[in-house]
Amino acid sequence: MDIFDKYSMQMKRHERVLKMGTDPFGVRMGRLYSTTEAKVNGRRTILIGTNNYLGLTFHKQCRAAAIRAIETKGTGTTGSRIANGTYGTHLELEHIIAGFLGRRSAMVFPTGYQANLGMISGLAGAHDTIFVDADSHASIYDGCRLSGSTIIRFKHNDPADLDRRLTRHNGQGACKLIIVEGIYSMVGDTAPLREFVEVKRRHGAFLLVDEAHSLGVMGAHGRGAGEEMDVEDDIDFVVGTFSKSLGGVGGFGASSHPKFDMLRFCARPYMYTASASPATVASVSEAIGVIQRKPKLRRRLWKNAKRLYDGLAALGYDICSQYSPVIALRMPSEELCFVAWNRLLELGVYVNLAVPPGTPNGLCLLRCSVSAAHTSEQIDEVCRRFAQLAEELLEEQSRVVA
Amino acid sequence: MATDSVHIISDLCALLQRYNKEGVELTGPTALSADLNVASVEIMDLVMEIEEKFGIDIPINLLFDVEKVDDLAKLVQDRMGQ
Ligand SMILES: Cc1ncc(COP(=O)(O)O)c(C=O)c1O
Repeated sequence: MDIFDKYSMQMKRHERVLKMGTDPFGVRMGRLYSTTEAKVNGRRTILIGTNNYLGLTFHKQCRAAAIRAIETKGTGTTGSRIANGTYGTHLELEHIIAGFLGRRSAMVFPTGYQANLGMISGLAGAHDTIFVDADSHASIYDGCRLSGSTIIRFKHNDPADLDRRLTRHNGQGACKLIIVEGIYSMVGDTAPLREFVEVKRRHGAFLLVDEAHSLGVMGAHGRGAGEEMDVEDDIDFVVGTFSKSLGGVGGFGASSHPKFDMLRFCARPYMYTASASPATVASVSEAIGVIQRKPKLRRRLWKNAKRLYDGLAALGYDICSQYSPVIALRMPSEELCFVAWNRLLELGVYVNLAVPPGTPNGLCLLRCSVSAAHTSEQIDEVCRRFAQLAEELLEEQSRVVA
Repeated sequence: MATDSVHIISDLCALLQRYNKEGVELTGPTALSADLNVASVEIMDLVMEIEEKFGIDIPINLLFDVEKVDDLAKLVQDRMGQ
């Protein structure tokens, strides 16, 4: 028996995908012309699937701060936070995040994935129960597994289902931790946080919200879905990532719980990994300043989202959720989804190809994410290319039917 | 609702029919992933349906030990007894 035999199902699937055209895992970003255009597989392409919501990856001040940090502090820290990896700038960044979110304390992790791993496995233990939204990100599920807690999955965005499960659970185990996301990454829908907060209060549970896709995107000050829905005081723990609106790499956990900093000595994904690089810490510290000083970026993001949404809806595409910077188009089959995604790439448009198991409910999606950095002309051009695709897909379908 | 294992197994097999793409005969010893090719994400959705039908919660950490329909039936029976 070979050690890879267990992946035979995945291998067959991958071979099937390769036969349909370009390998979606083989996409190579060549030269980057800007935050919204790059040479992809040798062709100049408009990027509309990069989660670069505010377009900060090339922001002048963020770049300058990162370069200065490399010149003065070097390329890496060569150590974990509990050994030699805590620099003054890590503590400053944590102070900036806590101040921005109005929380007592914040902890920085090397990636958003690890932030969920560390926060969830640090907070929940073997005798606790986690109630997790069914459509949660893989990093949340992995954090739940690592915690060793009892894990109960409730129906996506369904506070009544959560309420029923908490009622049935009544009295068992130690603490209860509810986990939801602000904006869901694949489909772009938002958690009804007000209703979740009511359920949480009724059952005396703790609430963790992953604001990965909503930080810098929602709320009058960009603090996320919690701010937008005015429930920040009832959110016990916030998780976020630096890799989307903040244009860097890394993640954080934040809270006002008086004992929160104990996690620095109890959360293994925080303790046993090298700390974020000086350049990353510097660019993210600067980026948080930018989103605070420039609410205009957020307005432009939503204006662009509306323009793309309206354009694609007018073409008859089946959009999964309401207005959001994540605009996911439902395709009728996995085959057609691959065909369409390949064709878009040939037309010079990059979107995310999102298929199971990365998506909920077996959805096959062309996932677009909009940026404040897109110009109206780029969005209109993307819509024109989507119009051409729609025509070709119709022809393709009528040929199949005939 | 019947709580004996024969009834639970027949209820489970009815719910499983939707995932039974190749028309395999469904009995207690049928293995979910080896015989039916049910992917792990589909098992999670199947569990939602089972929870609804029986009015119970099945912690997903307990699913790692589930291989056959019989294992699932035992889990349902345990949870109903709680
Ligand atoms: C909801 C959610 N949480 C966490 C992450 C992980 O973040 P990162 O890519 O920064 O590790 C992502 C994105 O990948 C995400 O979509």
